[in-house]
Amino acid sequence: MFTKILIANRGEIACRIIKTAQRLGIKCVAVYSEADLNARHVTLADEAFLLGPSPSEQSYLCIDKIIDICKQSAVQAVHPGYGFLSENTQFAEALAANDICFIGPPSSAIAAMGSKSIAKEIMAKANVPIVPGYHSANQEPKQLKQASIECGYPQLLKAVAGGGGKGMRIVNSADEFDATLDSTCREAQKAFGNADMLIERYLTQTRHVEVQVFCDQQGQGIYLAERDCSLQRRHQKIIEEAPAPDLSEQTRKTIGEAAVRAAQAINYVGAGTVEFLYNPDGTFYFMEMNTRLQVEHPITEMITGLDLVEWQLRIAYGETLPLTQDQLNINGHAVEARIYAEDPDNGFLPATGRLKYLSTPEENDYLRIDTGVIQNDEISIYYDPMIAKLITWGETREAAINRMVDALRGYRIAGIKTNIRFLLQLANSQPFRQKQINTDFIEKHHELLFTHPPQDHHWFLAIAATYFSQRQQQNGTIEGDHYSPFNQRNNWRLNSVEPYVTVIVTDQETYEIEVIIQADGYNITVDQKSYSITAKLIVDRLCLNIDGQQLTVYCFEDNDQLTLFYQGQQFQCQRPSLALSELDTAADGALAAPMNGVIVAISVKKEQPVKQGDCLIIMEAMKMEHSITAPCDSVVKNIYFAQGDQVNEGALLIELESQALNLTSLEDTDENVSR
Amino acid sequence: MTVIKSKINLGSSAFDSNHEAMNHAVCDLQNKIEHIKQGGGSKNQALHQSRGKLLARERINKLLDPLSPFMEISQLAAYKVYEDHIPAAGVIAGIGPVCGQECMIIANDATVKGGTYFPLTVKKHLRAQEIAEQNHLPCIYLVDSGGANLPQQDQVFPDRDHFGRIFYNQARMSSQGIPQIAVVMGLCTAGGAYVPAMADESIIVRNQGTVFLAGPPLVKAATGEIVTAEELGGADVHCKTSGVADHYAENDEHALEIARSCIANLNRKKQLTLATKKPLPPLYPADEIYGIVGTDLKKTYDVREVIARLVDGSEFDEFKALFGTTLVTGFAHLCGYPIGIIANNGVLFSDSAQKGAHFIELCCQRKIPLLFLQNITGFMVGKKHEAQGIAKHGAKLVSAVACANVPKVTVLIGGSFGAGNYGMCGRAYNPNFLWMWPNARISVMGGEQAAGVLATVKRDSMERQGITWPDDEEQKFKQDTIADYEHQGHPYYASARLWDDGIIDPAHTRDIIGMSLSAALNKPIDDTHFGIFRM
Repeated sequence: MFTKILIANRGEIACRIIKTAQRLGIKCVAVYSEADLNARHVTLADEAFLLGPSPSEQSYLCIDKIIDICKQSAVQAVHPGYGFLSENTQFAEALAANDICFIGPPSSAIAAMGSKSIAKEIMAKANVPIVPGYHSANQEPKQLKQASIECGYPQLLKAVAGGGGKGMRIVNSADEFDATLDSTCREAQKAFGNADMLIERYLTQTRHVEVQVFCDQQGQGIYLAERDCSLQRRHQKIIEEAPAPDLSEQTRKTIGEAAVRAAQAINYVGAGTVEFLYNPDGTFYFMEMNTRLQVEHPITEMITGLDLVEWQLRIAYGETLPLTQDQLNINGHAVEARIYAEDPDNGFLPATGRLKYLSTPEENDYLRIDTGVIQNDEISIYYDPMIAKLITWGETREAAINRMVDALRGYRIAGIKTNIRFLLQLANSQPFRQKQINTDFIEKHHELLFTHPPQDHHWFLAIAATYFSQRQQQNGTIEGDHYSPFNQRNNWRLNSVEPYVTVIVTDQETYEIEVIIQADGYNITVDQKSYSITAKLIVDRLCLNIDGQQLTVYCFEDNDQLTLFYQGQQFQCQRPSLALSELDTAADGALAAPMNGVIVAISVKKEQPVKQGDCLIIMEAMKMEHSITAPCDSVVKNIYFAQGDQVNEGALLIELESQALNLTSLEDTDENVSR
Repeated sequence: MTVIKSKINLGSSAFDSNHEAMNHAVCDLQNKIEHIKQGGGSKNQALHQSRGKLLARERINKLLDPLSPFMEISQLAAYKVYEDHIPAAGVIAGIGPVCGQECMIIANDATVKGGTYFPLTVKKHLRAQEIAEQNHLPCIYLVDSGGANLPQQDQVFPDRDHFGRIFYNQARMSSQGIPQIAVVMGLCTAGGAYVPAMADESIIVRNQGTVFLAGPPLVKAATGEIVTAEELGGADVHCKTSGVADHYAENDEHALEIARSCIANLNRKKQLTLATKKPLPPLYPADEIYGIVGTDLKKTYDVREVIARLVDGSEFDEFKALFGTTLVTGFAHLCGYPIGIIANNGVLFSDSAQKGAHFIELCCQRKIPLLFLQNITGFMVGKKHEAQGIAKHGAKLVSAVACANVPKVTVLIGGSFGAGNYGMCGRAYNPNFLWMWPNARISVMGGEQAAGVLATVKRDSMERQGITWPDDEEQKFKQDTIADYEHQGHPYYASARLWDDGIIDPAHTRDIIGMSLSAALNKPIDDTHFGIFRM
């Protein structure tokens, strides 16, 4: 076996590879960019080398630098992970040229699968089903019609030179074909100057089913069951499962064997994934082959009990496949959900920021978490915004999904937007549970998935008030006398009960919440709704009893901003900050000259909006320059002097109008009314 | 330590009726306080709030450390004293922690007659300052007052303990290093202008707080100058030009936040010289005191039953338990602080008075704070006792109490009559705090005794003039006298005139004594030098 390898990757996959390699006694060399100086994969590795600046083109994609580090650290092999250089033929060749083993397929196999048209040709030859269609240069209408009938309906009539949705029509039957062909050709001619057409079967309700294959250097192949990755957003998988539901044993065998054939057709070595479009009727068509370890490989590991990275290492070292197809056991069902830093409500826009709070459920035999980050790590703009993969296993699909729902509820992140709640809604949705899955799932069930279940704001606010009370009860000591009864935090008043009023702000409203502290708990009133609460706060865990209901809420406080986590729900609120600066408060609209002097520059014009701190005027006095700056965001109303003017101390130089000052004049009006 | 074993029969009908009677008195007190807390009433409060101002009690709540206790003093000040309803005498005062410092907070309630000073307002303000000075507590003045109540100027302005004493106290406290912070949240006119001007640090709220010696109407009358209040003495003038105020606040909340930071910057730490212990709760529930004590002063009980419900772990080490048994003395801890307790358990005799004086000497020598539980009809009278020298023995106790320089807290738990009041550290003996239970009564002697004495004097005088006094008239005379004594000896009457620092729920006595001691211990305990004891 190898004794030392380099992992040319980062994040969770680098960590995952290191874990297996170290278990096998292989020393691991990590590489990192400047952004990843303190990343988890760097910490876990035996050695680590800096590649360069944060952008991947200057770090993780730098073949030369990686080869240099390989030589310097004397590794025998390189594991490329997924993404980055994993499917880069130049990299594979460069390693070969330096006598370093690439843990992956030969570059020829990568190249063959890199081109979709070549791949399809090879697959057709190897008797692997490909999407029926017509790709010939023969554009005789009769020939096209014939091809259309052979292809089957519905079908897609597409301009060869097409793009952007132009020159593309759906044909639902042979009757429609002629008329559609005419109009599409005309459109294509006009748009691209080329009326050539191709025909492809238009597949609806298809699923994404892929097969994990392994081939050794001795030419043997095996398929390790299949995965269903139909749940996708923006063409990226977010929930995957294995095995694919509702496939007959025969189909499993057929699709598995087709995948092995596909791999062997290109003399594949190592781990690969053959992706198929799968129709509900059991037919399937080759889509593409990924010549690397997939993100979602853990679900295959969960149902086979195998370590795919170990297999990769053994095969790359020249060993034969550890198992034959007969020896393989498939056990239970596994589901993976990918937690991303992104905003599902905003077109899944990637989010960046710091993981200020990260608390996860505990890993066990049924729950695996693959991640490359820890609390306080930064999700930067430079790399994929995936935070973690949650993988659950169950005897049945239902059990695995139930565990996934639980695990998602227990995965808590604050400081950055994530898709956790979306994943939870997705995993828990009836159509998914009922296996009504296909690649259009998220669009089709948009309403179901994007409608936020209503939150009981009052209930959460009562919990927030409890949290703040608990926090306040934990601190506050009379300096030098910690037994003093004045240290009590019970809002005690002589001869009366006084509710403590705590102000909590949500994004919608400001609430004045009344807290009455009793001997054994709280009575909390939010908008006339009262709750009887007992509570205990242990670090971030708030154990509560609300009107008899026992529950646990996790809390994260950051600069008076509180995030509550309860069973996958998040609630955010904050206490208003009173840290007003007197200098800002006392700022007025007219700025006067601080001393006698000369105006040397005026940097603004009338009606110009200015930001706080912007330089407005520069004066020279006592041989020094003085900048007059804007005390707050405002608009220039008047400038009283010109450049070169001599001004006296106290002379008004400039007048500003700001929102704050408008408020002042309103207050004055109120005062007049009340008089 | 010896633990007091309670011998109370919780199931007895006497316990139940006592409990009910005391509970009734406590509820009545709480209802009165609820009413007083409404300040100048909802109409005035609404007007006050419409100006963007917080109510006086809201200001205090926001000034205190969140969720902290606030030991208010003289809640019943001016209760039924003036024709007008002047709740809390128009000024809220009390002690609570601000940034970990126990502070005396004095807040004008502008909803009550514009926060103007009635005679009892002045008395309460001065009492609050006296407490601050005696216990070295930083003072925070939340000023919102029109100054002296002009119709009563003769009872507010000229005398030693009148308005001017406020500023005298500020100056004297400042000189002793007791911080003086003023927050101008409303009017601060004429004499009132000296509160911020004499403060160590002052804060003013813009468009709200004004400080001037004479307001716009007076200025116009005097010089013809027409000027707005804000131009004359607003935050801009005083923070930017005059320097009368040091800090500029956007609104009430901001001002209170600045006041908190002023306290946070004091660089002050309480120096405890006592050997404190981790506090333990008493072994018996506090509200059992209701059933033990009741409201009938003629019914006797063992005061140790009360002590058992006040002190840590109900542990009490008696001193001279078998001598002078009508006065109970001994050592205990309360809220972790060591204390010496002197409690009446009957009328004072010569031996009990000597025992008390001896015990006070011990506590002063050891610098242990004293707690007086006062329930006393007086010193024993009669030929035998006079001959034994009860006057000189009583004088020893009075002298010891007067000279003791340790913190002293007095609670009137029953009767407070005659010289017993002196020997047990009544108001004249400067206890740091003096609290009263709702069942207590205070007067020079009991109503019945007074009626008897007065009737005898009157009958004698009438007989000398040869007039016979009909029995029914004498009875009526006696009943009227008793009714007068009951009225004037009642805690509400006493508290309204600031003869005490407040009426308290017996069930909260432990906390209140604890807070009183805590406040008192901000000042290092001085040595005591006793005067001549007549031997």
